[in-house]
Amino acid sequence: MNWAGLYTVLSGVNRHSTAIGRIWLSVIFIFRIMVLVVAAESVWGDEKSAFTCNTQQPGCNSVCYDHFFPISHIRLWALQLILVTTPALLVAMHVAYQQHQEKKLLVLTGHADAKHMEEVKKHKMRIAGSLWWTYVCSVVFRLLFEAVFMYIFYMLYPGYQMMRLVKCEAYPCPNTVDCFISRPTEKTIFTVFMLVTSGVCIILNMAELVYLVVRACARRS
Amino acid sequence: MDWGTLQAVLGGVNKHSTSIGKIWLTVLFIFRIMILVVAAERVWGDEQQDFVCNTLQPGCKNVCYDHFFPISHIRLWALQLIFVSTPALLVAMHVAYTRHEKKRRLRNGEKIDIEELKNVKLHIRGPLWWTYTSSIFFRIIFEAVFMYVFYYMYDGYQMPRLVKCEAWPCPNTVDCFVSRPTEKTTFTIFMLAVSGICMMLNLAELCYLVIKICMKGPRKTT
Repeated sequence: MNWAGLYTVLSGVNRHSTAIGRIWLSVIFIFRIMVLVVAAESVWGDEKSAFTCNTQQPGCNSVCYDHFFPISHIRLWALQLILVTTPALLVAMHVAYQQHQEKKLLVLTGHADAKHMEEVKKHKMRIAGSLWWTYVCSVVFRLLFEAVFMYIFYMLYPGYQMMRLVKCEAYPCPNTVDCFISRPTEKTIFTVFMLVTSGVCIILNMAELVYLVVRACARRS
Repeated sequence: MDWGTLQAVLGGVNKHSTSIGKIWLTVLFIFRIMILVVAAERVWGDEQQDFVCNTLQPGCKNVCYDHFFPISHIRLWALQLIFVSTPALLVAMHVAYTRHEKKRRLRNGEKIDIEELKNVKLHIRGPLWWTYTSSIFFRIIFEAVFMYVFYYMYDGYQMPRLVKCEAWPCPNTVDCFVSRPTEKTTFTIFMLAVSGICMMLNLAELCYLVIKICMKGPRKTT
């Protein structure tokens, strides 16, 4: 199970999404997951091996690295992307349940031939009734997860900028030791890029929420 | 999600492209993405490890590397290729939307073969022409922007063999040596040349589309 497996799973959900939902999914896969896999992972690849401290004290390097980077950006982004894409599975489960109910109804009314069963599988579900509530919940959860992770990033790495130099005083480092981070500029560029795409995704989710609410109100009136 | 998945996604768009568009997509995948993955990534693989500075001062190497290479060529090419191939998805979305509209209209009327509708190739005219032309326009803009970014960051496209670094904590001026400069210059020029070819293909496609629509225009009025 890797990103390609997740892509296969979520592509199925795509069929029952709104147009904005499909755009959101494309942005997630192309501008976030793909950039993470082909570019960002190699930038952070040597983050520990190239983290150099101005001391020969054994253990100081490890302790300082652990102090300043409790969890690496790459792992945080991977967790964020997994949690943000997973609410779509709520919708997939609800659609599967509705299709199951439709099939049972066909069996009861005596229309259980192969052609009707195939049609149940293929036709697109309208986002109305209980499916509307499930869909809206999934969008709200997506927004929540995005916001929480952006806050965690801000708390762990204030200002989103990667520093070139950190001053470390943790035991066993003698007094204060200068430690140098590898590729700080490239890391800052990618952090800002991922932040911007995260913001774009939040905007798309809010637009989708507004669209669903407006559509439901228009239907009711 | 990697280059293979992008190829699968864009392969679908290929069906609705012009011949020049199909050639462009082939050049993109074979001469740019494939070269990036099988060759260029190995050349730049040891860029930081083998970046050697003539000093024992800890941290000097990191700081100098960061100063001279704010963003690596490989990452810039990866971003360029992602941005340049994405406008084709606008066309894919438009085609999907057009098909959806056709299905809706036909469902109200008579029943038709849904599978046949999926396989029919849409002609590039009307609003699809505008979407297609916009996508080519954006491709050209992104290519040009990235070529400019490359030129601005790494003046002259040539990889220097030696850089002189004065950033703190390096003492005074320190000589730092870049690993595989000739090989890197070769690949930079190669990727630049292919980028130029892609831009020319895009310009040719744009001209072709404009001429096609101008020729169709007078025929409609007669």
